[in-house]
Amino acid sequence: MIRDSDFDDLAHKSGEWLRGTGPESDIVISSRIRLARNLADFPFIRRCSDEDRISIERTIRAKMDSIDEWREVRYIDLEQLSEIDRQFLVERQLISREIADAEGSRAVAIDPREQYSVMINEEDHLRIQVMHSGLDLKSAWQSIDELDDKLEGAILYAFHPECGYLTACPTNVGTGLRVSVMLHLPALVITRQIDKVFRSMQRINVTVRGLYGEGSQYTGDFYQVSNQITLGHREQDLVALVGDDVVPRIIEYERKARDFLVKQGQQDLHDDVSRALGILSTAKKISSEETMHYLSKVRMGVNLGLIEDVPVGTINKLFIHTQPAHLQKLQGRLLGSSDRNVERATYLQCHLSGKLSDGELN
Amino acid sequence: MKCQYCEKPATFHITELTEPDGPQVMHLCEEHARGFLQKEATTPTASIAGALAKQLNLGQTKQELAELDQKECPVCGISFFEFRNTGRLGCPFDYTHFSEDLIPLLTNIHDSVVHIGKRPRRAAAADSHAELIQLRREMEEAVEREDYERASEIRDALHRIEEAGSTEQNASGEEE
Ligand SMILES: [Zn+2]
Ligand SMILES: [Zn+2]
Repeated sequence: MIRDSDFDDLAHKSGEWLRGTGPESDIVISSRIRLARNLADFPFIRRCSDEDRISIERTIRAKMDSIDEWREVRYIDLEQLSEIDRQFLVERQLISREIADAEGSRAVAIDPREQYSVMINEEDHLRIQVMHSGLDLKSAWQSIDELDDKLEGAILYAFHPECGYLTACPTNVGTGLRVSVMLHLPALVITRQIDKVFRSMQRINVTVRGLYGEGSQYTGDFYQVSNQITLGHREQDLVALVGDDVVPRIIEYERKARDFLVKQGQQDLHDDVSRALGILSTAKKISSEETMHYLSKVRMGVNLGLIEDVPVGTINKLFIHTQPAHLQKLQGRLLGSSDRNVERATYLQCHLSGKLSDGELN
Repeated sequence: MKCQYCEKPATFHITELTEPDGPQVMHLCEEHARGFLQKEATTPTASIAGALAKQLNLGQTKQELAELDQKECPVCGISFFEFRNTGRLGCPFDYTHFSEDLIPLLTNIHDSVVHIGKRPRRAAAADSHAELIQLRREMEEAVEREDYERASEIRDALHRIEEAGSTEQNASGEEE
């Protein structure tokens, strides 16, 4: 592994999972799987002394260093990192907010293509995660299964013949597996069917979470679907529950709603998404909530063919790169919130304005 | 409106659509909202509290629960009370020590108590690892009360176990 604390290069590119290339990527942003694992011979994190945490970090790092295929993997000591750099990794979805805000010895190992990362000393000693673009859970499961085998070859996990992989929180015990699919569902929101769709799914062991902006004015239209239980089912079955059963049904509803919108009010819809693109590419200052709101509309416009020349990968990237720590990394300095709003507008303009044809401006 | 977790204004309002008690709205600042979205689906403490509350309804008396709260893991020292409050266990041995107490909880959360998925190829001998955890804790406690003689005794014992463990691991590694 490469020990690293300088990742300015990351700010200028984006992870593969953002490319918008995987299956169903007009609706599914990303497929993520994580596994929770603990070492057999240490207490769980909350009962660890500072020395325990240091030993755990050292033990795992040494074992990871011995994995041949990991020569290119970056290893970042999070304890030494500035707050802004930790925030950057959170926005990047490479580490969790919990580990960013925690104290004591902790670290993350990141694959150069950002398809997987392994957090050390999060809520569990190890949190392995794999992220793929679009609805791609089966291959994500394969990757993480292999990663887990590789680490297990070097580390002795806490495992109980009946309870399975032991975790600090009993909600993760057994498989330690959490499957999460991030969906973009603007048409279900516009047609006010979203609550109905999710209510119909309440009793099938999945959790759905939505993100709304201030009041009803700004909506990002993003929803995350995850498995709720981790014990008593095979990993492949939990993956299939989310990936083959629940998510395809939601996708079908969203497609129907999009068709309906296109047929019902092509002109209104075209007007709406074009205005959104207009605002994003001409505003002089813009908050991140507003950005998310309009990017969501533009993303739908691109996927419905109403906006041309803007690749969906660019839109996906803008969602991440317009967040506070990314803007500050790109600028190479700390910025207050109003400076960020100006910087964000400049950044959006530079990535979108060239794409505006005269017709769309009028 | 202020963020539920800090002093900043709450600009994101996140609705949990599938909470058992109906939709729940959280009011968060930008930073906490992003963190929250990346976090686990359900907040574990809340779901554990919910499951434990159900358990109480299902016949455990207040007195029984009070006795359970006092119960401590001999390895890491966590009490059931502490677990109930934080939603986090203290060490792998807790699943053995509190096994009976956790069964209703696991049933409530997962509708199951038996793992049928993946298994590691190398199984840890649970007891020797529990002993390691326990000895490390006892050593720290000895240092704290400045009983250095006891601390160094434990240190020697630890070294013996760790060495035995590492040769055992090497041996199993060579077999592969
Ligand atoms: Zn906050
Ligand atoms: Zn314990």
